[in-house]
Amino acid sequence: MIAELVIFIILGIVAVSSAFAVILSKNPVYAVLFLVINFFALAMLYLVLSAQFVAFIQILVYAGAIMVLFLFVVMLLNLTGAIESLQDKLPAQRWLAPALGMVLLVEIAVVFLSGFFAQVPEASELPEGFGTSAPVGMLLFSRYVLPFEVTSAVLLIAMVGSIVLAKRRP
Amino acid sequence: MPEIVIFLLIKLVMTIVIFALWMTMVPFMIWLERKVIADIQIRIGPNRVGPFGLLQPIADALKLIMKEDITPAKADKLIYPIAPALLMVPALLAIAVIPIGGMVTIGERSFTLQIMGEYRGPNGFFVPELDAGILLSLALSSLGVYGVVLAGWSSANKYSLLGGMRSSAQMLSYELPLGVALVGPLLLASSLRLNEVVNAQSNFGIWFIIPQFVGFIIFLMSGTAEVNRAPFDLPEAEQELIGGYHTEYSSFRFAMFFMAEYLNMVTISALAVTFFLGGYRLFTDIVWLQPIWFALKLMLFLYLFVWIRGTWPRVRYDQLMALGWKVSLPLALVNLAITAIVLAYVPKRAVLVLTITSIVLITIAYYGSSYNIRRSTDMTARSGYARRHLPESEETRI
Amino acid sequence: MLVQYLPFLILFIVAVAFSGGAILLSRLLGPKRPNPVKLAPYESGMVPIGGTRRPFHIRYYLVAMLFILFDIEIIFLYPWAVIYLTARAARLFLLLEMIVFLGVLMIGYIYIWRKGALDWE
Repeated sequence: MIAELVIFIILGIVAVSSAFAVILSKNPVYAVLFLVINFFALAMLYLVLSAQFVAFIQILVYAGAIMVLFLFVVMLLNLTGAIESLQDKLPAQRWLAPALGMVLLVEIAVVFLSGFFAQVPEASELPEGFGTSAPVGMLLFSRYVLPFEVTSAVLLIAMVGSIVLAKRRP
Repeated sequence: MPEIVIFLLIKLVMTIVIFALWMTMVPFMIWLERKVIADIQIRIGPNRVGPFGLLQPIADALKLIMKEDITPAKADKLIYPIAPALLMVPALLAIAVIPIGGMVTIGERSFTLQIMGEYRGPNGFFVPELDAGILLSLALSSLGVYGVVLAGWSSANKYSLLGGMRSSAQMLSYELPLGVALVGPLLLASSLRLNEVVNAQSNFGIWFIIPQFVGFIIFLMSGTAEVNRAPFDLPEAEQELIGGYHTEYSSFRFAMFFMAEYLNMVTISALAVTFFLGGYRLFTDIVWLQPIWFALKLMLFLYLFVWIRGTWPRVRYDQLMALGWKVSLPLALVNLAITAIVLAYVPKRAVLVLTITSIVLITIAYYGSSYNIRRSTDMTARSGYARRHLPESEETRI
Repeated sequence: MLVQYLPFLILFIVAVAFSGGAILLSRLLGPKRPNPVKLAPYESGMVPIGGTRRPFHIRYYLVAMLFILFDIEIIFLYPWAVIYLTARAARLFLLLEMIVFLGVLMIGYIYIWRKGALDWE
């Protein structure tokens, strides 16, 4: 288990330092790329947690799709020089962001202190094939069928929303 | 020696051998392409360097290495140099999940000829095949987009940028039908493991190209578009874009874009072989013949890619996008729905029924899509371009 | 079982070493004779016109957005495909689930088609 701990610490350092790099980079394209590195570190952390399917989905969806959109948008803004005007539009977020961050930190602390992690089994206690596609599918399409169906509605709303935003003439 | 060390040694040797095989496919493919296209166009093609011009690609590679590596003055100093590697590395990693042969047994140990494959050692040492095999391969192909976008952006050349945006939009669009087309075979195989897909085809006693013919056609088409090959080689539309996202690159970095393209083509072909042509299996289960069967089937697809390039004219960009979003994606979903319904109601005769429905569907799709694309691209031409650029009287005439 | 991923790590190292090594070799062997004209943006030998970084159409943003949404949809198909044949009793239920899921998304698909988001002028 010492190997897993070492891997966890290395990945943790990569994840945290890349997250800092995201907010400290002056060039928004670099920030996006650091965020991609961060997502890779997260995906590997999922692998350490025996959540293989989730790890690959993390790469496929976040690194492969969402960050490409971010990159497109950042390039779009960068090119038209709209990045400065964005900074002035939302002055409240400078104060709101740390406050919300603190709320998140408190939430994490509460989960830690509640003893939730004592119930999490060791990797060696997990059943064979844990975290692979078949057991994930079994749970997703039986116990979590309602969230699954709600996802389709969320995706539909996102589709309509993106069309409405894109078609709006300034 | 502990078992894990032996495991790693075997995997290291296997990785290097498969890597070397894949890398030799690149010059071979370049040679094949030039020879076959020359034949199609009634030319001779490369014939000076080595017998039948076989050493021509190596001469080209040596030439490119000796050339000056130019970094444009305004280019991004950090991203510009690494962009080709961002395309190349995912292309190389994609070989990890492809099985080129079945189970090999040496003494107490047995393993499949697949980098992320199954391994059994003595004393219950067991490493399973990667469960999410096809997901890894799709994830890697989606990461290739970064190389293209960033190469275009970091070059600080408007044609590079435009080429990069076009190619990335094309790659994104065709990833969807590619992903859906593979769900049909996966439904039949009930696994995301590529080795299981191969085994399922021998259990069913039929290659999935027969019951999943529609999926196969969509896969081939989307795969061609995904690797930016003719007739979908819009990124290299010289007439419009000078050269596309790699315009500013020179020397070996330039070569890397093309190596990545050829590697991706080999990988797409390997996936097509695995999913639709029974993988490494043919007639017998003699283990040492299996990589040879695999290679032969692979050659078939590589030849097909060259043949397509030599035969088809390049499509227009609006047609390309219409083909991806308005034809391939819905068709792949219809094919999936039919497959699922057939498997639910007549699982015993699924292969027969699916074969018949495939033929019907592909016939409808052929006539429907040619109508659909003509109509929708004509309509966009009329609605957008004509309205803005033609005088009023002209528009009414159109 | 992290041992499972070690072969991938090996391949990764080989791939990075190959790409890096090839570039390095090219740097060492190639000549270095830069001049201002050579380092200018290439526009078929013409003097570059206008800025090199220009805005591009919102349509690219739309394609990426729609890609994400459909990509998520497709990812749900994969675990579903894995359990579909093995779950004998629940197969019709699984079919129904997926028909509802895809049905809702098809409404969106028809909407974006009708709105012309799939058209390229």
